[in-house]
Amino acid sequence: MSIAERSVTRPAGSPPAHRRTVSRRMRHQGEATPVAKATVIFICTLWVVPTLGLLITSFRTKDDANSLGWWTIFTDPAALGRLTTRAYSEVIAQANLDQAFVNSFAIALPATFIPLLIAAFAAYAFAFMSFPGRNTLFIMIVSLLVVPNYVALVPILQLYGDFGINGTFPAAWLAHIGFGMSLAIYILRNYMATLPKAVLESARIDGASHFTMFWRLIMPMCVPALASFAIFQFLWVWNDLLIALVFIGPGENEPITVAVKGLMGQQGQGWQLVTAGGFISMVIPILFFLALQRFFVRGLTAGSVKG
Amino acid sequence: MLIKTINAVLAVIAGVGGALVLFWVLNRLVGLLPGRWEDRLKPYVYIGPAFLAISLYLIYPAIQTIHFSFANADSTAYVGLDNYTSLLGSAGFRSTLVNTLLWIVIVPAVTIALGLGIAVLADRLRPRAEKLAKTAIFLPMAISAVGAGTIWRFVYATNPPGEPQIGVQNAIVTGLGFDPVNWLQITDFKFNSLELMVMLLWAQVGFSMVLLSAAIKGVPADTLEAARIDGASERQIFRKVIVPQIRGTIITVFVTVTIGVMKLFDIVYVMTNGDFDTNVIGVQFFNELFTNFNNGHAAAIVVMLMIAIIPIMVYQVRQFRTEEAGR
Repeated sequence: MSIAERSVTRPAGSPPAHRRTVSRRMRHQGEATPVAKATVIFICTLWVVPTLGLLITSFRTKDDANSLGWWTIFTDPAALGRLTTRAYSEVIAQANLDQAFVNSFAIALPATFIPLLIAAFAAYAFAFMSFPGRNTLFIMIVSLLVVPNYVALVPILQLYGDFGINGTFPAAWLAHIGFGMSLAIYILRNYMATLPKAVLESARIDGASHFTMFWRLIMPMCVPALASFAIFQFLWVWNDLLIALVFIGPGENEPITVAVKGLMGQQGQGWQLVTAGGFISMVIPILFFLALQRFFVRGLTAGSVKG
Repeated sequence: MLIKTINAVLAVIAGVGGALVLFWVLNRLVGLLPGRWEDRLKPYVYIGPAFLAISLYLIYPAIQTIHFSFANADSTAYVGLDNYTSLLGSAGFRSTLVNTLLWIVIVPAVTIALGLGIAVLADRLRPRAEKLAKTAIFLPMAISAVGAGTIWRFVYATNPPGEPQIGVQNAIVTGLGFDPVNWLQITDFKFNSLELMVMLLWAQVGFSMVLLSAAIKGVPADTLEAARIDGASERQIFRKVIVPQIRGTIITVFVTVTIGVMKLFDIVYVMTNGDFDTNVIGVQFFNELFTNFNNGHAAAIVVMLMIAIIPIMVYQVRQFRTEEAGR
């Protein structure tokens, strides 16, 4: 966890500038031997090929997808002419993926923003207010970081059953709020602890209330940490399968992960459908990732203990 | 569809707005109290909603789960330690434990070795090429297990002998003149579990690489220079100068990946559902609960998992304390 804290306060991978220029020379940057270069290219190929195969297959006709390897596209120009987006329109209609796509947003957005706000208040109290039990309560948060959310499934299912909210969006929101809370408090509090206390004290002397300081001073200063957690939590919820299966399940409210999992049993109808569905489920996280890679790294380093 | 979308937008606004109003109202209410009480109570008002969420979703369920682990399948009568003894006595669960242990032994170590290796190699490329290579390897981290499942089921796909193979692995195997193989059903040497581990490695090595690479770049250049002047070889510099200085990061990655592997659920669930002797704790828990409807067994599995995680928990708290002391 040590890195978690450091990486929130300073972007991972960017040591002080002067040191970097020295180290680049010292470290032979740009002086890779041919063997090293070849190894990196080989590894990258291994990493990319599976996804490439999925992408190509999702644009093929049913016959091509099921009887010709996707790599034949590079040797058989005629196959290029047969590429089509039909699998996408078919799978969207057949498995209601458009609905599932919207559902995923409907689940992920509140499940990202609500815990963020609740955690920010708690983190503020932990960082800037003194009260009996503060340290004990925070240590409790730290130790709860690693508790598996499996513990919650049976008791919460029963509780939800009593209230009749199983299968609804709020059932998933509340679960994600509960499971994301300790991590959010942890990240935000550690970030707030690095902010200069003097600013706060002078605001206090000027008569600002905690509520005002929280909104006017602390929240604006915490934007990097808030963004890291928001991105991480959004992707975590979007990609989640377990909680969606348990508290929402298949049906009209199912998110994209549950819908595509359902598709996977139906390869008989053709690999082009499964691969197209798979790609639809990935497109948002991949775009998110490529656009916000640096924030993503920070959130992950702090957040991958979650679950 | 449109209505659903509008509903979703409204839900976001209502959820966030509701949380805002809650804090505003609470804050106002405490403000009505005389000054001393206001200062005393305000911190608890700020942490209150967060603790309510944590208590409801982690603490209460944890206690309830321990409780259920001593009761029967539908939690109507106590059975003492029966759940534990019958689980530990069954060959199926023991095999699940062995598999999980295998994941714990193999995956974190390999994740670190690969991540370190790639970080060192990529460090020597030109900055542009380094960034590109890292993005390629890091990207799978953003892909869900379900997405990864569609990708890798296709890599492992099998057509009957004689037909053209569309899965990459079988295309290679048949290209070399062998018969196609049903990859996920080979239980010899736990080969199918290893194939599933490949998926997790594919997804996680990027994470380890990014952290370790940042740590390597943070190693002060003068320590490397000093070692070079003293005549150390590149390999010696790596082992004796770089690795000791990035030890903290290595441990962080190791702990993180270990916890992830202990709680592993979705990759195995999506690929084999634990069949063909690939079961792990997370999947067996899920199936005890939703296939066998046995709350007692499910709860006992979670309790065992929690006990196994306690050492990591203690480590985390200690780590946090030393960091606080140094702040």
